[in-house]
Amino acid sequence: MALTYDLAPAPDLTAFLKRTGAKPSLDLLVTGARCAACLGKIERETAALKGVAAARLNLTTGKLSVTFDNAGAADPGAVIATLARLGYPASPYDPDLAADARDREGRRLVLCLAVAAFGAMNTMMFSVPLWAGLFGQELGPATRVVMQWWCALVATPCVLYAGQPFFGSAWRSLRAGRANMDVPISIGVLLTLGISFSETILRGRDAYFDAAISLLFLLLIGRWLDHQLKASARSAAADLLALQAPSAGVLDADGMERRRPIGEVAVGDRLIVRPGERIPVDGRVESGSAELDTSLLTGETRPTQVRAGQTCAAGAVNLTGVLYLRALARSEDSSVAAIARLVEAGAQAKSKYVQLADRAAEIYVPVVHTAAILTFVGGWVLGLGPREALLRAVAVLIITCPCALGLAVPAVQVAASARLFRRGVLVKSGAALERLAEVNHVVFDKTGVLTEGRPQLLDAPAPVVALAAPLARASIHPLAKALAAEAGPGPMADAVIEYPGLGVEGVIDGRRARLGRAEFVGAPAPDALETELWFGFEGDTKVRFRFSDRLRPDAAEAVAALKAMGLTVEVLSGDTPRAVAIAADGAGISQRRGGLSPIGKAEAIDTLQSGGHKVLMVGDGLNDTAALARAHAAMAPGSALDASQNAADLVFSGERLGPVVETLRVARLARRLALQNFGFAAAYNLVAAPAAMLGLVNPFLAALAMSGSSLVVTLNALRLRTAK
Amino acid sequence: MNIFMMLAPMSVFLGLIGVAAFWWTLSHGQYDDPAGDAARILLDDAEGPLD
Repeated sequence: MALTYDLAPAPDLTAFLKRTGAKPSLDLLVTGARCAACLGKIERETAALKGVAAARLNLTTGKLSVTFDNAGAADPGAVIATLARLGYPASPYDPDLAADARDREGRRLVLCLAVAAFGAMNTMMFSVPLWAGLFGQELGPATRVVMQWWCALVATPCVLYAGQPFFGSAWRSLRAGRANMDVPISIGVLLTLGISFSETILRGRDAYFDAAISLLFLLLIGRWLDHQLKASARSAAADLLALQAPSAGVLDADGMERRRPIGEVAVGDRLIVRPGERIPVDGRVESGSAELDTSLLTGETRPTQVRAGQTCAAGAVNLTGVLYLRALARSEDSSVAAIARLVEAGAQAKSKYVQLADRAAEIYVPVVHTAAILTFVGGWVLGLGPREALLRAVAVLIITCPCALGLAVPAVQVAASARLFRRGVLVKSGAALERLAEVNHVVFDKTGVLTEGRPQLLDAPAPVVALAAPLARASIHPLAKALAAEAGPGPMADAVIEYPGLGVEGVIDGRRARLGRAEFVGAPAPDALETELWFGFEGDTKVRFRFSDRLRPDAAEAVAALKAMGLTVEVLSGDTPRAVAIAADGAGISQRRGGLSPIGKAEAIDTLQSGGHKVLMVGDGLNDTAALARAHAAMAPGSALDASQNAADLVFSGERLGPVVETLRVARLARRLALQNFGFAAAYNLVAAPAAMLGLVNPFLAALAMSGSSLVVTLNALRLRTAK
Repeated sequence: MNIFMMLAPMSVFLGLIGVAAFWWTLSHGQYDDPAGDAARILLDDAEGPLD
């Protein structure tokens, strides 16, 4: 539940300056830059600013790095203002938080992939003559041995280098007393290498050097896809985190204002909170009065009035006047921190979810290893001799290679998130898609999710709006701004005085007029349920402007589509039951609950889930974060608070709710395709494993079967791009 | 067979050059901003010789 007013909090930008090198620099996240013209314009105009030494934009990630001449000349505000004037909204972020740790691992994987590709190709060059020899072509034993040694020479170093990601992961998993998919991969690859060497030395026919390295090549593709998906999601999440560098204005003994990180604010500090800023910690108002937007905390859409002596809770946004506060609690003890703890607990619960691929590995690993051991023991007992028995056991391990399994899930998830990305949905992890596919109950928040989350003028006649517009344009109050937006551009009233928390007074065409609260304008007591403004000329009749939060254009359509998919839909909101009922009726949702506290929402989700429901929570406010973290899966709109976007698994953008339906559809499709891939891999192994046990497999067949199964799985995953 | 003994190491060596070249591009950040690199070539240099 978040009602966003048109007042942006004023961030303390100098906190984002990096002072590591000789010159201070600033990193900005720029949105909207897509082409060469944008790139040129942004870099030229930014570099032309006073004090700026250089500016470079990364068009792929949208990150602009600005270097200043010296710390004194650095003016981050001017850079952001210039970008805003050019039409590219920018926000600073802290690159230390959005650390590029992913880059190191990503680069290592790419390098391993390159080495494996090199090894596979060059080993293949020597393998083709060997395969020809298998089919009765001329190949003398001497030539064969030379070819095999060349294979060994190229493949062995490549396997040892490119296999490191698997060997390392297998070793860690074994030390933890478990066996993941990397254990059979590592054992299989190393055994293959060993048996191939012994075959080559003993002048045997079956050397599988090419199989070992191409197995790694195919597996590395799956590993790299998986990594790319996680890295892009993680960097998006890290950027969100890095954007929040909250600071508070603390007044020292001389009345001088200092910006301090919120964590350093102590009980008893005097704080200043300007309009548009968030209350940093719980505090008591010492002087000043203002209207507060507490919708993030309570879900109440009406602003509340605070005066000297009253307390206000951290997280509320100051809408109108300057407030001087005395801090009553530290940041960790403030009311928002309780919500943050709930979020943490929810995130921990979610990390226990076992992914499909791991569940497959739990079955696959013991079955394959038992089969290989049985082949070896059985072959020896039945009189094959230890060498032939071992060769067949290794053939089982190679042919049942988990490359199809290793690709089955990442390929599907990458295709799914690419499809969703085109629809404006950011998938933060592959596991989220799997959880989403299991959902059978959808819970919506009201304000900002079902509705647009902005106050909008309700059916007022245009002449009346035009009459009040000159005063409305002069005011910074969000409701007045909505009124001014409705009226469009025009003249402004003269001699305007703004009374914080009450309204504005001014002169329009020589007549004194007031716009604001009912008692300020002189109107009868208001109907407490509506968000409203009153307007009147001195001594004239008073007019009322009512404001309401409109439903998203396709809310009803999206809810109907969800119901058609067999899901049940519910609204949980912190707003008054009447306001919730109006929105729920408009969207066609019969299950609704209003007046819930943030903790009440999380408890409602817990109750639903212990009743066997798998809940998808769609919410955007601070009061939703706990519920988002508790739910089986969670989505947040792009307009949501950073904290909510962090708690959610997926973030969708745009004015419509359609992406929620599309995401659920794609998630279910992805699950179906992943299961199909597993089914295919199982069927393939059921044929291939017995063939290997009977000794029907030679190096050529192994290479063919391996790449063939991987190809089938990948092509099946690609169906997701077009499938309905 | 002699020609094979000469050609085989040569082909492997050529492959190694390819891997080394790829490693060099990777370590010099050539894949950090593919969209930007594609766009930059269309920009006129502010202090180009033809101005």
